[in-house]
Amino acid sequence: MFSLLILLPALSVMILNLPFGRLMRKTAFYLCLALFAAQILLVLLPVSSGLEPIFQFNLMVDDLSRVVLFCIGIVLSSALFVGEHIIRDDDQRFNFQNLLLIALAGMNGIVMVKDVFSLYVFLEITAVASFVLISLYRDRDALEAAFKYFILSAIATVLMLSSIAILLLVSGDTGFSAINAAIMTSQHSRLIMMAMGLFICGLFIKGGLMPFHGWLPDAYSAAPAPVSILLAGIVTKTVGIYALIRIVTLVFVFNDPIKYLLMFVGAVSIVLGALAALGQSDFKRMLAYSSISQVGYIIIGLGCGTPLAIFGAIFHLLNHAIFKTLLFVNSAAVELETGSRDMDKMSGLAEKMPLTGITSVLAVLSTAGIPPLSGSWSKLIIILALWMAGYRAYAVIAVTASVITLAYFLSLQRRVFWGKPGKEFSNIKEPGFMMAFPAIVLAFIIVAVGILFPYLAHEFMNIKELIGG
Amino acid sequence: MAVIDELILLMLAASALWTVMTRSLLRSAIGLALTSAMLAILMFRLNNPFAAVFELSVCAGLISALFFCIITITEPLTPEKVREEAGARFGRFLYLPVIVLIVGLVLRFLTVKVDVKIPALEEIADVRYYLWAYRQLDLIGQIIILLCGVFGIVILLKELRKKGG
Repeated sequence: MFSLLILLPALSVMILNLPFGRLMRKTAFYLCLALFAAQILLVLLPVSSGLEPIFQFNLMVDDLSRVVLFCIGIVLSSALFVGEHIIRDDDQRFNFQNLLLIALAGMNGIVMVKDVFSLYVFLEITAVASFVLISLYRDRDALEAAFKYFILSAIATVLMLSSIAILLLVSGDTGFSAINAAIMTSQHSRLIMMAMGLFICGLFIKGGLMPFHGWLPDAYSAAPAPVSILLAGIVTKTVGIYALIRIVTLVFVFNDPIKYLLMFVGAVSIVLGALAALGQSDFKRMLAYSSISQVGYIIIGLGCGTPLAIFGAIFHLLNHAIFKTLLFVNSAAVELETGSRDMDKMSGLAEKMPLTGITSVLAVLSTAGIPPLSGSWSKLIIILALWMAGYRAYAVIAVTASVITLAYFLSLQRRVFWGKPGKEFSNIKEPGFMMAFPAIVLAFIIVAVGILFPYLAHEFMNIKELIGG
Repeated sequence: MAVIDELILLMLAASALWTVMTRSLLRSAIGLALTSAMLAILMFRLNNPFAAVFELSVCAGLISALFFCIITITEPLTPEKVREEAGARFGRFLYLPVIVLIVGLVLRFLTVKVDVKIPALEEIADVRYYLWAYRQLDLIGQIIILLCGVFGIVILLKELRKKGG
């Protein structure tokens, strides 16, 4: 049944572009919505499709895949709703919906494959869809951001392909298990270490981690609002972070050099991302740097390597996808109504846009790790795991950066939502149902996951099942 | 390594450099086709005719044809602009031949012993069967990338023409 998660989006793109174009354009929104909703349901209630005898896809679906497939469904639905409201031109909206479906197929592929070459193919599908989506409006900034992303992504591709070539040379296969078995028994440790280093560096670029983050702030801020939601909410998480978790835990040997590298890069991203966010006045750029910082928490948890830390990292991946999507939905609403992203020119918007103001507070507090919201639990678990594993300096860095996170987000709230609204904002209002609905659903998830954490922890705490190890 | 292989490698490096450094898009596309052709010859000489055929037909053939089509529908630069760009472009990529030369010399004289036992090549009776039986997912992935490329062309080029940009 899970093969449908790759086949159906691709088939839908073909059907949408057959004759009867006008009819198809009218139904594209509903078709996308049905597919995203079906994905969320399928993750929760898997059934057999009967297509297995025709397509012998080598797929793997465990609890970690389900968490990420769920996030993909939620984030793409949010981007779809926002796109329907914001993108006025019919052609652009139709192209956006088609590219969402292609990105869906690409990300679903990344999540379920168990072969490094197939992983590379689906990484490229998602990357190409992202380049085109960023340049959807074809304005100068967006084209420049897409070009930057394209160039850095090409470097990542070269690194990963070189690594795959070495791994194929050593193991004679590209399957996860075959490579892992070859690494365990092989004597060519230097060559394998080089392959592992190249692949991990490639994924660092894709995930936008410091110091490989050059493309990320430009891409997030210059892309159309629904595309920013897609990129920040799930694309970089899937192509960079999820792939890294899979490669590190299932393919490579999780040895000390890799652990130290991950923790170091994670800590650098946490601190520098937070400090860079502190100095921003562009709403989306601040969120972009905040993303780099939050992804650092996931990587530092992964690098710590204890079951508790890996659980925390995966839980923070889910939380980050939800609260960052909500923050980008809110930034889209603010930009749409005020026509600006400059926070220094805004004030008191919560009075005119109460729903956006309230959901923004929830997302901000969750990001900063304030209990009992979802983000507080995942950060607490990561910090506890670091402390218990003896990496106390890293735990202190994580706590300190959390305080900086609270500082820059309170500054955001103060500048944008609190105080008295200026005269130029006297006529603004909430943008409507299409923007409000995803914001309410995402805010509900943040609160519900925070309150229901003891139950969820009980359900997903078995790390071996979670990462299929 | 035979002298002929070294010559092909040199030509490959030279054509790749020319592709990046030339100021004309058309010459760049020709350079790319030439680079692919050199790579295909190397693949033939390394006993991998299937990979060589794919490289020759897809990269040297299909993709180059696609580039030529795109170049014909884009507006060329004015002669003044070409002269302006040529100098800047040459300066921007001046370091490239130097890097290629240094890396080439280092690799030529540095003997790196990598004791890897390369797995024996399997006899594949029918490539079509092999691809469908073992790389089905990758084939579907290729189709999706093609679809994505079509949307890229529509968004970046077709609408630009429609609006007279």
